Amino acid sequence: MPDAARRTPAAAHPDRQPHDLPGLPLTRECPYHPPRAYEDLRDRGPVTRIRLYDGREAWAVTGHAAFRSLLTDERLTVDRDKAEFPDLVRVLALARPGRHHAMRALLRTDPPLHTEQRRAMLPSLALKRVQSRRPALQAAADRLLDGLAARPRTEPAELISAYVRPLVATGMTEILGLHGPDGSALHDLLHRHFDLVPPLDDFLRSLLARMPDRPGGDGLLDDLAAQVRDGRLTTEQFVHYGTVLVVAGQDVTISTIALAVLTLLVHGDELDRLRAGEVPWSRAVEELLRFLSVTSGLVRVALADIETSGVVIRAGDGVVLLNPAANRDPGVFEDADRLDLRRRHGNHVSFGFGVHQCIGQNLARLDVEVALSRLFERFPRLRLAAPVDEVPVRQGLVFGLGALPVRW
Amino acid sequence: MRITADRSRCVGSGNCVRTAPGVFDQADDGLVRLVGGTLSGEDARNAAEAASLCPAAAIFLTPQED
Repeated sequence: MPDAARRTPAAAHPDRQPHDLPGLPLTRECPYHPPRAYEDLRDRGPVTRIRLYDGREAWAVTGHAAFRSLLTDERLTVDRDKAEFPDLVRVLALARPGRHHAMRALLRTDPPLHTEQRRAMLPSLALKRVQSRRPALQAAADRLLDGLAARPRTEPAELISAYVRPLVATGMTEILGLHGPDGSALHDLLHRHFDLVPPLDDFLRSLLARMPDRPGGDGLLDDLAAQVRDGRLTTEQFVHYGTVLVVAGQDVTISTIALAVLTLLVHGDELDRLRAGEVPWSRAVEELLRFLSVTSGLVRVALADIETSGVVIRAGDGVVLLNPAANRDPGVFEDADRLDLRRRHGNHVSFGFGVHQCIGQNLARLDVEVALSRLFERFPRLRLAAPVDEVPVRQGLVFGLGALPVRW
Repeated sequence: MRITADRSRCVGSGNCVRTAPGVFDQADDGLVRLVGGTLSGEDARNAAEAASLCPAAAIFLTPQED
């Protein structure tokens, strides 16, 4: 859809009932723009009341400044066990209480417990250690692209299964330090299971039992296993931390890369700038992260009254912080609805903000940069094999493409 | 410009190392480590950007008189 039409009011939006609060917009009309109804929320104010699907009220945050200040406010908790914790969609409510205990680690704990958990995982996710995996990831990308190049060009390829998904899995095995059969086992597991938590639990337990036999590993699981041997971590913690990293790290990255490929193919002028070397890939990745912002929102509950942006969030109120809306705040990003790879403003909140800011962000950046740069350099004639509005999408809390048919 | 970083607040996002590699690094524990404490020119501009990107508000800049 033309970018210029973005700011027109979304009349008769199905989420909006007359004389009542607006609902939480969850449906994208265009794959690379957030739901248009976010702009109706923004018109009401940077922090405004909404009604969730189950009739409860909550606050929606669309303003960039409010987003950042609230996510650094210790009076908001991530504790999902709080009765007031808002559910954005029914499927999450059905999964309560606590879908899997493992997934609470890091994601659903507040400081000081959160600080302790994060610091156990941090060393292997530091910027330079992650970037040292670049050659291995590039080699994996090139092997996958070799496979694609060997296929007959008469048939389109589905790029997510042929390239994006296995490459992101390789980024994960590299960081975890899983090579050879252990790496293949994780690839299989990621490929075969919809609910990853139970099989990961088995995999990580058996791996930990074998780890003293494989000294010299340099991955995150080697670090965690050393902490178990030192008595600083329990086996349960090893399993939970490993599970959280794998589960939280896959889908969002895959969705972002697939959507970035589509978006660059649709914005040919911007792609040309990249190919001409006018813009470094690293900067382009930041703008794509801002622009695409595939998550639907971060959820918190207020533990005390908080005054912000002219409203008072009361203790017990639910708060939904909309990353894609904050990333399109016209007061921060000039011409916010335009993809502009030359943009120097790196202040997007696609990884969140505050102490919970994505711990895997450096890996995600590397995954996206390697995936896109190798693909577009290898196949200068890459194009969509279907009209953009016929590419299947997956609406939901993480927006994604159902498939990405391409020719090369 | 004088720069300080509070390791007790740091969450190891790496934004500062990415934005101002001449000023910040990460120690073996993944937490911030300062490469230099007094800055000027491009390093000072990058450090100011890094401070604004820090998700944990762990970077402090203070103007320094000559």
